[in-house]
Amino acid sequence: MSEALEPRVQQKTSAVAVVRDLVVAAGVVILIWLGLRLLRSETALSGLGPFTGKLIQALVAIALGVVGIWALFIVVNSLVEHLPARATTAIRPFVFVLPAIAVVSLYLVFPAVGTIIQSFTEVPEGEGLFFNYAQAFSDPKLQLALRNNAIWLILAPAGALFIGLTFAALVDRIKREALAKVFIFLPLCISGAGAAVIWRFVYEWRPPGTPQIGFLNAIVTALGGEPIPWLQQIPTNTLALIVVMIWLQAGFAMVILSAAIKGVPTEMIEAARIDGAGELAIFTRVVMPSIRGSMITVFTTIAIAVLKVFDIVYVTTNGNFDTDVIANRMFNEMFRFRNFGFATALSVILFLAVVPIMVINVRNLRRQGIGS
Amino acid sequence: MTAEATEAFPSRTAADTAVRSGGTPGKRESRGLLVRALVLIIAVAWTVPTAGLLISSLRTESSVSSTGWWTVFAHPFEFTQYTLANYERVLTAEGLFDAFINSLIVTIPATVIPITLAAFAAYGFAWTKFRGRSFLFAMVVGLLVIPLQMSLVPLLRIYGEFDLVGSFVGVWLAHTGFGLPLAIYLLYNYISQLPKDIFESAYIDGATPFTAFTRLVIPLSFPALASFAIFQFLWVWNDLLVSLVFLGTNPDVAVLTARVSQLVGSRGAAWHLLTAGAFISMIVPLIVFLSLQRFFVRGLLAGSVKG
Repeated sequence: MSEALEPRVQQKTSAVAVVRDLVVAAGVVILIWLGLRLLRSETALSGLGPFTGKLIQALVAIALGVVGIWALFIVVNSLVEHLPARATTAIRPFVFVLPAIAVVSLYLVFPAVGTIIQSFTEVPEGEGLFFNYAQAFSDPKLQLALRNNAIWLILAPAGALFIGLTFAALVDRIKREALAKVFIFLPLCISGAGAAVIWRFVYEWRPPGTPQIGFLNAIVTALGGEPIPWLQQIPTNTLALIVVMIWLQAGFAMVILSAAIKGVPTEMIEAARIDGAGELAIFTRVVMPSIRGSMITVFTTIAIAVLKVFDIVYVTTNGNFDTDVIANRMFNEMFRFRNFGFATALSVILFLAVVPIMVINVRNLRRQGIGS
Repeated sequence: MTAEATEAFPSRTAADTAVRSGGTPGKRESRGLLVRALVLIIAVAWTVPTAGLLISSLRTESSVSSTGWWTVFAHPFEFTQYTLANYERVLTAEGLFDAFINSLIVTIPATVIPITLAAFAAYGFAWTKFRGRSFLFAMVVGLLVIPLQMSLVPLLRIYGEFDLVGSFVGVWLAHTGFGLPLAIYLLYNYISQLPKDIFESAYIDGATPFTAFTRLVIPLSFPALASFAIFQFLWVWNDLLVSLVFLGTNPDVAVLTARVSQLVGSRGAAWHLLTAGAFISMIVPLIVFLSLQRFFVRGLLAGSVKG
């Protein structure tokens, strides 16, 4: 932590200023409250017609969220500055830090603890503490989901890493590098749901003999094959979904690895070349070992994203035809079946799977001297 | 766009590229051809799926369902084969206009609120003294490990009790909570590196920590703030899980991703509508991303893992 500084001058306080700031604070609170009421009200904006009403609602909501948060900070700070100097110094850091701490406590700390407790306590009458976990591991559908997660966990990061590394190495040698990169990079800003629609269309299947409108089956039939139901046929469908993830994440791998490759000293490459090493040997024996840290970062980061993958599966197959994964099952148990005990056990299993990968990731970052 | 792109991915000079490619000029040329061909193949493969979506969204219902989208390349400039009718239909009859506005209502505050809270907190952790500072900071960073699935069930119950399901404020706060650990971590790394002297002279001039924050820290941290803002904006706009759980699919509040995934369920074979709907959900991220990609790249390189 950096050494903290304290201001040397404290603002002088007058009774008028205190009253003024109190009035302003009360006004801000009332305005925010009114704004929230307006947003929740079904009837307030209905007289404006659907189009105008929606736009006004948007303006009110966005102004409320954006201005409201700043107004709250400003008024709280102005009130704290009227306290005696020592109290101001003692309290002010908490004005800065506590709102964030409160939100992460409410949204992460307490709920996570609650989830762990509920995964043991939310069991049918007369069952033991580990009922949900026993259920989870004896359910064949869930075993299948865990197996799928394992396949995803290996193939998706490896695929994205391979494409990202290959592309980063290749574009390092061409002139229009920046332009070429945009094409690989672009899917990174596409949602899982959007990507699911894009790839459902690529994988679209029509009966043999009719024109194929899916790109992949058009290629297959043009080469003389039978159209393949990519998303229904087991086990091709899980691989087809993993391809979507690789397509989304390769750009991330490329950005990180491209920066790393550029960091490899040119002298090192030159020296290897003078020693007579071929281009491929230089890449595998000189470049790759020196960007090992970045490769681990890429692999672990994508691996964590893969463990939590939900939207791709939910929108393409919703786990049917043996393609389920744990995050999708967790969502369905929670949201569709209201099976909360089981859902919490699944999220704890997910968490336990993420932790070791995160540990590898953090250790690796430490070794590289980042984020220590 | 090219200028932006060049800055995002700083290129080498031609001479440097030649040195790194190695070999004699003749050998380099033939290998260069191979390299360029491979780059082209991967770039095309990565673009075809999205191109197919965009082209199909502009074709008529009957042609989308009877012929492949690539057949337009037989006569690419015959503009009568293109139509905007699919967009009109999904925006009005399928309700994607409202969903678009809802996505804006959710995403803009769900970006500004966490970034504001995180900037204040990062400043507090870096430049003020208080008891428990190290412990609280370690706690916040430690929360990066927790997948947001760990929070969903208890939060869903609390939201049910306080009638917060389907409210925009509820989903703003949820996205804020889930985004804060990464935001605080990234902004702390930046803000704690600001030079100490600037605070000293500001305090001598009579600034309070609050004015030092608004007049110095915010402007000086602009690159870090921009990186995280783009990150969070794309994350929230593209999110499906959090919005399904906390907003649901009621057309009054549902966001684009939720409506598009619903459309897949209800009109799974109507590709002229699905493609148009999916493209509408992608327009804003594409614009944000292409115009601000250098901040995005910087954010990625600063080391980012989202809970």
